Amino acid sequence: MRGRGGADRADLGAALFVLGLGLVGVWQALAIPVSPLYAQVGPKLVPWLVAAGLLVLGALLTVHAARGGWSRGIEDLQDAAPANRRALGLMLAGLLANLALIGPFGFTVAASAQFVLVAAAFGSRAHLRNLVIAFVVALGAYTVFVKVLGVNIGAGVVEGLVFGAPE
Amino acid sequence: MDAISGLALGFGNALTLANLGWALLGCFLGTAIGVLPGIGPALTIALLLPITFTVSATGAFILFCGVFYGAMYGGSTTSILLNTPGESGSIITSLEGAKMARNGRAGPALATAAIGSFVAGTVGTLGIAFLGPLIVDYALLLGPAEYFSLMVLCFVTVSAVLGGSALRGLTSLFFGLMLGLVGIDLQTGQPRLTFGIVELLDGVNVVLVAVALFAVGETLYLAWRYVEGEQKVLPVGSIMMSKSDWKRSFWPWVRGAGLGFPFGVMPAGGTEMPTMLSYYAERKLASPEARAEFGTTGAIEGVAGPEAANNAAAAGVLVPMLTLGLPTSATAAIMLSAFQSYGIQPGPLLFTTQAELVWTLIASLFVANVMLVVLNLPLVGLWARILKVPQPQLYAGILVFATIGTYGISNSVVDLMLLYGIGIIAMFMRRFDFPVAPVVIGMILGPMAEQAMRQALTISQGDWTTFVTRPASLGILLVAVAALVGPRLYGAWLRRAAG
Repeated sequence: MRGRGGADRADLGAALFVLGLGLVGVWQALAIPVSPLYAQVGPKLVPWLVAAGLLVLGALLTVHAARGGWSRGIEDLQDAAPANRRALGLMLAGLLANLALIGPFGFTVAASAQFVLVAAAFGSRAHLRNLVIAFVVALGAYTVFVKVLGVNIGAGVVEGLVFGAPE
Repeated sequence: MDAISGLALGFGNALTLANLGWALLGCFLGTAIGVLPGIGPALTIALLLPITFTVSATGAFILFCGVFYGAMYGGSTTSILLNTPGESGSIITSLEGAKMARNGRAGPALATAAIGSFVAGTVGTLGIAFLGPLIVDYALLLGPAEYFSLMVLCFVTVSAVLGGSALRGLTSLFFGLMLGLVGIDLQTGQPRLTFGIVELLDGVNVVLVAVALFAVGETLYLAWRYVEGEQKVLPVGSIMMSKSDWKRSFWPWVRGAGLGFPFGVMPAGGTEMPTMLSYYAERKLASPEARAEFGTTGAIEGVAGPEAANNAAAAGVLVPMLTLGLPTSATAAIMLSAFQSYGIQPGPLLFTTQAELVWTLIASLFVANVMLVVLNLPLVGLWARILKVPQPQLYAGILVFATIGTYGISNSVVDLMLLYGIGIIAMFMRRFDFPVAPVVIGMILGPMAEQAMRQALTISQGDWTTFVTRPASLGILLVAVAALVGPRLYGAWLRRAAG
């Protein structure tokens, strides 16, 4: 039990997040309207139990974090490479690009943008080649899902050009 | 229906061309995703769930089981050739397997893993066929109170007994229970935990959560800790096992299979414990010359035993899933939700109401097992080549399919935001060592447990003591309590004895 000295700030953050989740649970349990039907156990009981459970677990985790936390004792976490902000930033940009583009421009465009950004996050610099791969994979997947399996995954500009306007 | 006539019926169905095709597709896909680091069977089956809209239940489940078994076979390839185990069950395999590969014996290591998986898969599937109907007979006697207690036991074992910390495991479980509550309460029609958002009235989709946890969260974490550099894939060489390799592998396969299956059947599922026990047993039982190879040049017993234990445990997990409707692994939980999407109620009645489906499924597991050993031995070079897919394109591709899996269900940007939000939480869970499997199990089993609890309380007219006055229910709850506090008391006792 080394490093018992102070609180582990990062672990404390995680513990407080769990507490926060418990509070959200309480808020939402309060918001459930009281059922007009008579029931032995209403719809509110389990939400209350879950919220209470999260609060208790959050409190225990907070105590644990204040006493030095748990991350220090886990080898895998200590051996992990340092944070790579650039890679994480590019990944998040890829997710945001997908969110922003899938509505107006359709699946193929959004997935291609996401593919190029995620590949860049993992150190690939062949952006043009990635774009070509992404386009082929995305359009291929679209074809399989929409035309073969009948699952609509978001038509847009490219899909309109290839398969004709929807409806 | 007893096992023999059930199997006869099952094989009659499983050996049709269409069903053989589904099994082959599943095995192929399963091995490929098992080989690829970063994706596992739970994610793959989640992404394949949309086929439940168009494919018959039998075909879909044969496919899913092929993926499930195939991923076990493929996982050993990664741990041996890359020394990076894909899932927790292969961690032990990589201990000795990667050492054998480094000493030019990758081929025999892969072969003993594949044949050991075949032996264990066959033993495990026989176990399902003969044990399943027996358990069903008992399960039919259980009422809602006992069911609720069984689910509590399941919650405790998957979150508090397995994994590093009961506190963090239970936190993951409660997060899953919270996600499972979102949506309209089926008994009273009240919206719960919806934050007034219309899209949440139908609840959070399980595919979305699985994809967020296993694909988005994992990829985000890998990016966060990304260090540039090529991974080295060790060469395979000849897969021929020498006579002494066979002799040294045989009993470890049998012992591993015998050890793994009961662990899978018990709600204390998980593959870490049986693989570890098998490893220690084989090291202890090995001849002095063989023991010297453990930890140095790599001992074949240390691959054969744990790999067999891993597969037998994985097969065992299907027993509580098919007979009781209780999932004890993330993959089983996703399969359970596939049953629900066909409107099939999983539970003890499955063996009678869906006898044809269940027995065809079990027969297909035998078929898949044969296919896998055939696919894996000669084609091992092909699977090794999959490992050379460059990481950037691999992870980018995984995220594209994650989007398809989520957006395809609802075409809703709210769902995509939820996917990425839960993905970010999953990234932090990985950072702070919270296990993710209890989230999926809590989310799927939670609503079932609530329903069982409310039914039990309706029957007992609101009397809470029903859970402890019915002997079977009390017994199960006591086991759950023992599983929760037992290891802690034992630890405290050890410390006292030492101090």
